[in-house]
Amino acid sequence: MSATPLPGIGVKYDLTTREHEHMSVIAHRDGTRTVNLYRSDDPDACARSLHLTVAESAALIDALMPAHHSPNLLHTTDLGLVAERIELAATSHWNGRLLGETRMRTDTGASIVAVLRRAEAIPSPAPDFRLAGGDTLIVIGTREGIEAAAQILGRE
Amino acid sequence: MHSSATFLIEFGAIILGLGLLGRLAGRLQFSPIPLYLLAGLAFGEGGLLPLGASEEFVAIGAEIGVILLLLMLGLEYTASDLVSNLKTQYPAGLVDMALNALPGAALALLLGWGPVAAVVLAGVTWISSSGVIAKVLGDLGRLGNRETPVILSILVLEDLAMAVYLPIITALLAGVSLAAGSVTLAIALGVAGLVLFVAVRYGRVISRFVSSDDPEKLLLVVLGLTLLVAGLAQQLQVSAAVGAFLVGIALSGEVAEGAHNLLAPLRDLFAAVFFVFFGLHTDPESIPPVILPALALAVVTALTKIATGYWAAHRAGISPKGRWRAGGTLVARGEFSIVIAGLAVTAGIEPDLGPLATAYVLVLVVLGPLTARYTEPIALWLTARRTASADTPPAHGAVPAAKTLEPVDDGGVDR
Repeated sequence: MSATPLPGIGVKYDLTTREHEHMSVIAHRDGTRTVNLYRSDDPDACARSLHLTVAESAALIDALMPAHHSPNLLHTTDLGLVAERIELAATSHWNGRLLGETRMRTDTGASIVAVLRRAEAIPSPAPDFRLAGGDTLIVIGTREGIEAAAQILGRE
Repeated sequence: MHSSATFLIEFGAIILGLGLLGRLAGRLQFSPIPLYLLAGLAFGEGGLLPLGASEEFVAIGAEIGVILLLLMLGLEYTASDLVSNLKTQYPAGLVDMALNALPGAALALLLGWGPVAAVVLAGVTWISSSGVIAKVLGDLGRLGNRETPVILSILVLEDLAMAVYLPIITALLAGVSLAAGSVTLAIALGVAGLVLFVAVRYGRVISRFVSSDDPEKLLLVVLGLTLLVAGLAQQLQVSAAVGAFLVGIALSGEVAEGAHNLLAPLRDLFAAVFFVFFGLHTDPESIPPVILPALALAVVTALTKIATGYWAAHRAGISPKGRWRAGGTLVARGEFSIVIAGLAVTAGIEPDLGPLATAYVLVLVVLGPLTARYTEPIALWLTARRTASADTPPAHGAVPAAKTLEPVDDGGVDR
């Protein structure tokens, strides 16, 4: 992938695929994008050039890379482990209760590795950590484990 | 009281008329510039409907129009764009200047208009219209083409050259002596260099000073700063337009983006007024005598621009088709040719220069989008026909397939 500045317009990103197909994306200054496909008989010229609004390009990014953009997912590893952010509601059953009371690791196999509270992050909270409504918990486990954890943490 | 009523009626009629013309141009997928010029011709002295009450206001509006045109041009680029372009593309800029400024200068000398008019006309034929070309590139879906960066960098260099050229022309038109002229030029170059340096180094600081979340304040600060700097530049004989251009360069990032969006409608309004004003000051009856030289100049400089684009694209290693496209796209002249001619007209040198420039721009602003579209197919058709008739006249059936592959060698470059 190479980038060429287009003064007054934006930046052009060029990509040649493994099958020697050439495409480019122009990132305009105003945030819109143009996607270009090139002609086979004249590789300098666009055969098709598609102008996308900001919202349309965001939708396209989502389609190309669903995991990347989903706000709940931090990372998916190749080992089948998933990390997810789960937020505690203000009316949560766990508001004011200790982390140990959730019996999270015993029941689901998933671990709460950090708690985000307002601007600060508390890494590896101990079982005597007191939860509060509005906390965001970072949970790591298998896909099933995370789903079970979300169910437990969702108790009102 | 009464005269303010006539002013409102006249000015309102002009703006409304321009709006309707702009719409018409949009429907025909054309640049509205030629229509604005024609409207000015129609309203002006010797035209259909001479205006009286609003003339002074239109004159000031036109001046603001030029300042805003240049400010927006400056906002389009960052200082580092300019510097990196200057470093890598200067040969293309030099070829562009040599091929396209000389025909204008030559014609002015041929008509016996003297050296000052020659420098003015050189500028008129030299500078392509960034506005028309950027629009044409978008309309034809060519923004992603490989020759597009070449075209844009030539435009950038021309715009940068304006920052040097305008002070020279201002000094020449003011009739200052050679010594005073070179002092002015030295000041202008020094200021331009300083602004570029400051913008590269401290662009963020300036932008932070100007920056404001409130659009109203941002608009007022940017507009005020621009007019102030433009006025000071004018006082220093550096040309108000260059001052505005440099303000545009110095602003960067988010501020430039915001100011761009806020000022665009204002620019459109005052730029339209500027074109009308230029037309107003041209007597339609003065055009027919200069129509032939204008046409000849248009044809010659269209061909030299095509050659410029062809050469620059060739230099960037682009295939023949792209070279023709680059050449054809650069043909359009427009706002800046008129800006330059406008300076000369207000200074009152050579009375025929205004009409000639008007006719010239009218032709090329209309022709430009057409050459952008058709230069490549026509050039390929011509070269294919020539090589076909030279190589194998009888084998008609086999020719079409070979046509498109036939490389245009450099012997066949210039028409």
